[in-house]
Amino acid sequence: MHFLWAFLVGGALCVIGQLLIDLTAMTPARILVLYVVAGVVLSALGWYMPLAEFAGAGATVPLLGFGHLLAQGVVDAVERHGLLGALTGGFSAAAGGIAASLVCGVIASLLSKSKDQS
Amino acid sequence: MKLSKQEYDQMNKQASPKSKLLPDCLWAFFVGGAICLLGEVLRTLYGRWGFALTDAAALTSATLVALSAVLTALGWYHKLATKAGAGTLVPITGFANAVVSPAIEFRVEGLVTGVGAKMFVIAGPVIVWGMMASVIWGVIYYFIRPLMGG
Repeated sequence: MHFLWAFLVGGALCVIGQLLIDLTAMTPARILVLYVVAGVVLSALGWYMPLAEFAGAGATVPLLGFGHLLAQGVVDAVERHGLLGALTGGFSAAAGGIAASLVCGVIASLLSKSKDQS
Repeated sequence: MKLSKQEYDQMNKQASPKSKLLPDCLWAFFVGGAICLLGEVLRTLYGRWGFALTDAAALTSATLVALSAVLTALGWYHKLATKAGAGTLVPITGFANAVVSPAIEFRVEGLVTGVGAKMFVIAGPVIVWGMMASVIWGVIYYFIRPLMGG
């Protein structure tokens, strides 16, 4: 059952992004920024955790989940290190995803040749 | 041919393709949903192989990022993205694509100012504003925590 919810919730979150593209002509960069910041805000309000528990990867794979991860990381870090945690928590939580993307980017740029995108 | 702005707008409107809002949204829904479903399958598998919940989630992200990088390098991710739109943009695979794609494209400009800098053309703003939001939330949390009885 949780597979179905992951599919439906993940799909729905992507449809919201598609509506933003088609109806507001927002650029991809702006949409990604909006999703991550919105994820932080929703998580801070305590609304994202229930969705993540309910839909699993359907909530954590879209970039809203990345924002949720940042917000959770910062809460954990503040609990452990006080105010300093506000500075360290976000990057600690996001480190895996960001480092994986960077490593893949470098390897891909070394192995692959640029090709015509059209 | 001389045109007023209104006439030009009118002609532009007629020449533009009809709204493809519904097919766009269906593509985004099914492709985005499928990527999340794959994520859920991976998360379940990693959990079954004995990884803790948070580790399984991080491994899932890393796997999807690596998969996206391979598909991006082969040029397939871009092809899928032209159909799926936000379905390929919003999941973490879209973030990885936004890093890997310029890294490959700007390889010709060198490893430092090409790959190193241009990689962040889209990911940079995401990291900057995500991080700003998280720091602000961290400071707020620090001050409201005593009030929450935590």
